Amino acid sequence: MTCTVFTNARIIDPVALTDQPGCLVFEDGQIVEVLEGTPDTTDAEVFDCKGKCLAPGIIDIGVKVSEPGERHKESFRSAGMAAVAGGVTTIVTRPDTLPAIDTPETLEFVASRANEDAAVHVLPMAALTKGRDGREMTEIGFLQDAGAAAFTDCDRVVTDTKVYSRALTYAKSLGALVIGHVQEPVLSNGAAVTSGKFASLRGLPSVSAMAERMGLDRDISLLEMTGAKYHVDQITTARALPALERAKRNGLDITAGIGVHHLTLNEFDVADYRTFFKLKPPLRSEDDRQAVIQAVADGLIDIICSMHTPQDEESKRLPYEEAASGAVGLETLLPAALRLYHSDQIDLPRLFRALSLNPARRLGLDAGRLLPGAPADLIVFDPDAPFVLNRTTLKSKSKNTPFDGARMQGKVISTWVAGRNVTDAIH
Amino acid sequence: MSFGAKHLLGIEHLNPSDISTLLDLADQYADRPTDIAHRNVLAGMTQINMFFENSTRTLASFELAGKRLGADVMNMAMQASSIKKGETLIDTALTLNAMHPDLLVVRHPHSGAVDLLSQKVNAAVLNAGDGKHEHPTQALLDALTIRRRKGRLHRLSVAICGDIAHSRVARSNIILMGKMENRVRLIGPPTLMPSQIGELGVEVFDSMEEGLKDVDVVMMLRLQRERMDGGFIPSEREYFHRYGLDATKLSHAKDDAIVMHPGPMNRGVEIDGTIADDINRSVIQTQVEMGVAVRMAAMDLLARNLRESRVETGVMV
Repeated sequence: MTCTVFTNARIIDPVALTDQPGCLVFEDGQIVEVLEGTPDTTDAEVFDCKGKCLAPGIIDIGVKVSEPGERHKESFRSAGMAAVAGGVTTIVTRPDTLPAIDTPETLEFVASRANEDAAVHVLPMAALTKGRDGREMTEIGFLQDAGAAAFTDCDRVVTDTKVYSRALTYAKSLGALVIGHVQEPVLSNGAAVTSGKFASLRGLPSVSAMAERMGLDRDISLLEMTGAKYHVDQITTARALPALERAKRNGLDITAGIGVHHLTLNEFDVADYRTFFKLKPPLRSEDDRQAVIQAVADGLIDIICSMHTPQDEESKRLPYEEAASGAVGLETLLPAALRLYHSDQIDLPRLFRALSLNPARRLGLDAGRLLPGAPADLIVFDPDAPFVLNRTTLKSKSKNTPFDGARMQGKVISTWVAGRNVTDAIH
Repeated sequence: MSFGAKHLLGIEHLNPSDISTLLDLADQYADRPTDIAHRNVLAGMTQINMFFENSTRTLASFELAGKRLGADVMNMAMQASSIKKGETLIDTALTLNAMHPDLLVVRHPHSGAVDLLSQKVNAAVLNAGDGKHEHPTQALLDALTIRRRKGRLHRLSVAICGDIAHSRVARSNIILMGKMENRVRLIGPPTLMPSQIGELGVEVFDSMEEGLKDVDVVMMLRLQRERMDGGFIPSEREYFHRYGLDATKLSHAKDDAIVMHPGPMNRGVEIDGTIADDINRSVIQTQVEMGVAVRMAAMDLLARNLRESRVETGVMV
């Protein structure tokens, strides 16, 4: 394989936290060097970035691909195309499929389907408990051997603290990462929106934002007990932040993520019962949104993800309380996150620290950074290119995006996976 | 006389002049409710009452209103039919739409369901109560009752008492009374008060004595049986003691304050029987009467808009 040089690039480096012009050279799927001047390009394939941004590809933790069980909502092929279009070079998939991914056999099935069909890296996660029922732990060791990137029951909270503490203890002995969803399950039961003026006006069942803090407090206590390696899928409220900060300061092995929708939308966007805005946890107040943006900028919240959740029209075209939760996000993750850049709240290196570097670090991957030896998982994008999103053009099989008709900025020009330009894979 | 809306989904979408227009027309119907001349108003039009939730009073009121205006009225009790077979709300709506109704009166247990349905049909849709969201005709009939009794519908002090959290009647009344520039006070145990409701421009009280001080209108709400067993309030008798309307509590209101209740009443739970029957204070029977008049007016106005839109688009009636 010949050496490839990206010239005339605006290099976004999430390790050094710099944003400056330069070139990048890679060979055999690995980054060789990043430099300010122009390297020798004889015998090299040259890709002119024309002054646009070059950044490590996004690593999206918590993507739902609906295989096995509901392939009409999303397949590995369609999710892979959506990822390429969105500048996501690694998708870390959720085990909340039908059936749940809770045995090495199902995990291997998923891994082989992913390898055949997806144009990007796919790392499957496995369930923490059998059937995600919260009663018995899965074969964490076998699943890890089969390639499980992390263990999670997704949006189901393990309510039995005895079961949960044992699973955490066992996972700790294997160095396995556990991902939790923090919602006090009884308080949040049946809720469709966050308590407050909007919920009261619309007459919808609601949950106090405090349910998230309560869930987090419990899990932090269990971490102190067990010492497990733990990541919170989504922290979306201001009141949970001091608890997270304290846990980190006390040296617990804890990180936190947030879905991009909670960074860019608030409860009032639901307006007249628009079910494409129904998420889990529900959208929060504007005060919460501003607080979590600041937490991402400060690095307290480590990871931004899309929480990509495909749903078909039938499950969304229902009265709000009955409608399914979740939104697709692989293709809109970057332009949505760039709203925070355009509003001067987070700069590009810090944005890619949360989109690429931190997820890689948490999963023990070499990707997510522009350093010699790192895999050439790269994206070239124009952060300013404007467009109006038309949901029918999404590559995902499901079109349930809250951004339909929204004005956005930020287009991916090319996506490179292990040194290979996969941009054309979407056509 | 103009009325802006195509549907009557909630008070939220009406402006004060829409409300006055509707009440003025309802006043005329209330004066001559059974005039044979009204039979031409909806003659040749089909009204379907789709109730996904039990109702006796509201259904009867809408049915009577339609018949007095000469519409062909059909009632569909939806629990009994298609939803049991797994049909979605939208499919049900499309099926009904194919029968070409002119007016659809819908009640549904989920907030927002009537909005959703209205997007899928050509008929004018009237919300007869959706979940905990709105019940616009109830608020309008309350407004008409107050206006006729008090001679005005502005600068009054109105207390709404009881289970605010679960009440669509309360929401519609809060919005309507606010739009017509009245002072609204909400009184109830904090467990039955929606969160941050104070931001809607109302005063919130947890004591009847304080909340009822010098009010002109006392609206009581029904406390549903399933809320009484320790979940939201300790017991029925404690609730009656603290929040049930009796002569002592009512004495804090103005001497000429009127007492209202959307029905059906739980005597001895939220209201003392002697208050409910006191013809000098209670306007509960008048509310029922005004209910028919307000629904006649609402359907009349929506039918006029429907005819106009059909003339504009060239669709024959």
